[in-house]
Amino acid sequence: MNAPPVLETRGLAKTFGGVRAVDAFDLDVRDGELLALLGPSGCGKTTALRLIAGLERPDAGTVAIRGRRVAGEGDWTPPERRRVGLVFQDWALFPHLDVRANVAFGLDRPSADRIEELLDLVHLRGLAERMPHELSGGQQQRVAVARAIAPEPDLLLLDEPFSNLDAQLRASVRAEVRDVLRATGTTAVLVTHDQEEALSVADRVAVMLHGRVRQTGTPFDVYAAPADGRVARLLGDANLLPATSSDGRVTFAFGAVAAPMPDGPCEVLVRPESLRAVPDRRGTGRVVHVEFYGHDQLVRCDLADGVGVDVRLIGPHPELAPGTCVRLELTGPAIPLPVRA
Amino acid sequence: MGIRATATEATARRHRRVPAGLAASAGVVVALVAVAPVYLLVRASEATSSSWDLILRGRTIALTVNTLGLAGAVTAAATALGVTAAWIAVRSDIPARRVWATAFALPLVFPSYVGAFALLAALGPRGLLQGWLEPLGVDRLPDIGGFPGAFLALTLFTYPYVYLVAASALRGVDPTWDEAARTLGRSRWYAFRTVTLPLLRPALAGGSLLVALYVLHDFGAVSLMRFQTFTQAIFLQYKAAFDRTPAAILSLLLVALAIVVVAFEQRARGRARYHRTGAGSGRAPGPVRLGRWRWPALVFSGVVVGVALVLPAGVLLYLLVQGLAEGVPFNLTVGAIGGSAFVSSLGAVGTVAAAVPLAILSARHSGSVGRAAEGAAYVGYALPGLVVALAFVFLTAGTVPWLYQSLPLVVLAYVVLFLPQAVEPLRSGLLQVNPRIEEAGRTLGRTRGQVVRRIVLPALARPALAGAALVCLTAMKELPATILLRPTGFETLATRVWTSASAGLYSRAAVPALLLIAVASLPLWALAGRLGAPEDGR
Repeated sequence: MNAPPVLETRGLAKTFGGVRAVDAFDLDVRDGELLALLGPSGCGKTTALRLIAGLERPDAGTVAIRGRRVAGEGDWTPPERRRVGLVFQDWALFPHLDVRANVAFGLDRPSADRIEELLDLVHLRGLAERMPHELSGGQQQRVAVARAIAPEPDLLLLDEPFSNLDAQLRASVRAEVRDVLRATGTTAVLVTHDQEEALSVADRVAVMLHGRVRQTGTPFDVYAAPADGRVARLLGDANLLPATSSDGRVTFAFGAVAAPMPDGPCEVLVRPESLRAVPDRRGTGRVVHVEFYGHDQLVRCDLADGVGVDVRLIGPHPELAPGTCVRLELTGPAIPLPVRA
Repeated sequence: MGIRATATEATARRHRRVPAGLAASAGVVVALVAVAPVYLLVRASEATSSSWDLILRGRTIALTVNTLGLAGAVTAAATALGVTAAWIAVRSDIPARRVWATAFALPLVFPSYVGAFALLAALGPRGLLQGWLEPLGVDRLPDIGGFPGAFLALTLFTYPYVYLVAASALRGVDPTWDEAARTLGRSRWYAFRTVTLPLLRPALAGGSLLVALYVLHDFGAVSLMRFQTFTQAIFLQYKAAFDRTPAAILSLLLVALAIVVVAFEQRARGRARYHRTGAGSGRAPGPVRLGRWRWPALVFSGVVVGVALVLPAGVLLYLLVQGLAEGVPFNLTVGAIGGSAFVSSLGAVGTVAAAVPLAILSARHSGSVGRAAEGAAYVGYALPGLVVALAFVFLTAGTVPWLYQSLPLVVLAYVVLFLPQAVEPLRSGLLQVNPRIEEAGRTLGRTRGQVVRRIVLPALARPALAGAALVCLTAMKELPATILLRPTGFETLATRVWTSASAGLYSRAAVPALLLIAVASLPLWALAGRLGAPEDGR
């Protein structure tokens, strides 16, 4: 806690035409980490990124980079003097410049060695003379990353950088980019709406809802202990079961757990993979429909009281046809959550 | 499969037989277009050594220097003005941005000779400013004639060409590139120079070509400002000398200069084709905050619009009022309105009729025939009106005296000069009629003639009308060919402005000039609607 965080925003707010895009946005990013800013589309992620980069001016709040205030309370540092790199969603490669010139754009004294080194880093050796439109999507993506890290920014921002790639390419490019960031020790914020991307790549995840950061933590933490039902849903398939709390015990359909909750109605989060469905004529559940994905399948069951739950099972389970009566067993954690306001 | 079908279609288009009637009528039009350059070439090849002496004297070099100097200076200044205005109108948060966006384009309504005359009437030796200053003891203002006047007039009334193409190109340059440059540690100005400007280059090359050709072709403004360029020298040579060869040779040199300029533009345009990569965010960013640059931007915009629009319009209106008070006779103008309307309508009808075969050939035959037809249509852009007129005069004066200085000759010159304006809309109209529809007509038992009558011609009605309207308006403003070829005593608005203004009778020139401007502003109304509503995204 001695060195200041690389990025520190406090109470950041921005309104567009009466709509509060970003509101009371607090975020800390530590040196060398890759933080994923995860949120549904329209939650203000991109606006937050643009405020940090200096492409928008905040209506309120402050942005500090390595302890130096760059926006807010009368301070304003233009984007070109913030040492904040940005990889754009559409990459924004300069169409009239070749790969070399694109990568060299932000370098004051671009040396051939440095360019080669950067191109090596992103596996683009030998493509220095190509024009952007002569490259594949994945290659363009990597040029954009090389260009952004070339001036060695204090902070690199990536705005949904993989969303323009097709699904097969996405996973490999993603891993590559993460390796490049690790290798160069770059501190980065990755904006995404894809929970798989956030969980698999990032050191920490900040979940953003309605313009503000709702929860921050390691991927395991936010997945296992989401702050509320909306966060839980954003991070993956979730069964949110009605429950009641009294005297420190929360009672729900599959039993009871101890939890320090105020007395009254609440919810219990049970991930689909924490449930098992077993055919049982006297079971309280009934299979409604089945989505078979190959290595796993999602089985939707109705409980007797009309509550529906999803169950994820590994491998094929042909015995669970729609209409089958099943017994549901809890095999993993059940997490009590406060009821949504 | 799709590719193969297209390739087959292209082959079919190349090998389609050209109907005899179409070929013949196109041939007549091409011959008409070719008359002027061919005549000048023949004439120049007959040059005797004495006429070469005349040409090779130092004066020609001086003319070349003057012409190129003026064209270069005007092009550079108009490009700088146009780009700056476009940036302000498209990207900045200047107050009343939409008003400026329209106002920057409006000086286009001044034909250069009208603008030049308005400037002379305001600032010239016998102008309004001089008159106002005389009681204060200032009896002589610096003469704006010569290079400064020609430069000023042509720059002020041609920069909108650059402005219009630059503004539309600027809307196509994704501001994300600008932002990318800034997040890479580059200033806004650096980003503009290294990213925006190179991306605008093809559009700017096109816009400056228009300006450069305009200057090379201009006759009215340079003559009124008494600056010696090729057009003025050709005109004087024609008026003064019995030997026509020198005028022919000078004309050819001028055409050669125009060709050099076009070739230069092709090189400047560069080979790179710019297009977006990636899917694009489609995000419309906010305008650039001018901050403390707001005042310089307002001053710049105010000065440009003030000098190029408010000043000439104000001068003309002032002269109109003054003329009314002094009882300047207007009966001549009434006749000129009739003359203008008559000869430009004839020109419009003739040009559209001539454009039809060329448009059909270039839209429906992609091989050498189609390309030749398209090329022939555009010769008019490269030929100065004065040169075409001169060739027609020389040709007819000796051989067909009944055609010499007759209205049909004026109309023929209009056809040659304005052919591109009529071919373009017809061609795109035709390209919109899918040949498959014609084939469908044939398979439904109709003859080729019936298909043309019932499908193709109706589709061409609107573009033909648009082309005719455009030609009509342009022909009304045309000056040199009208002056040289008109029958003695025949007056149009343009010739009235010209004779009155060159005689210094400014208040007599005001009324026809204002009428011309009213006519010229008609097509801009359509354009202004689009200019005033830039894609704001908010």
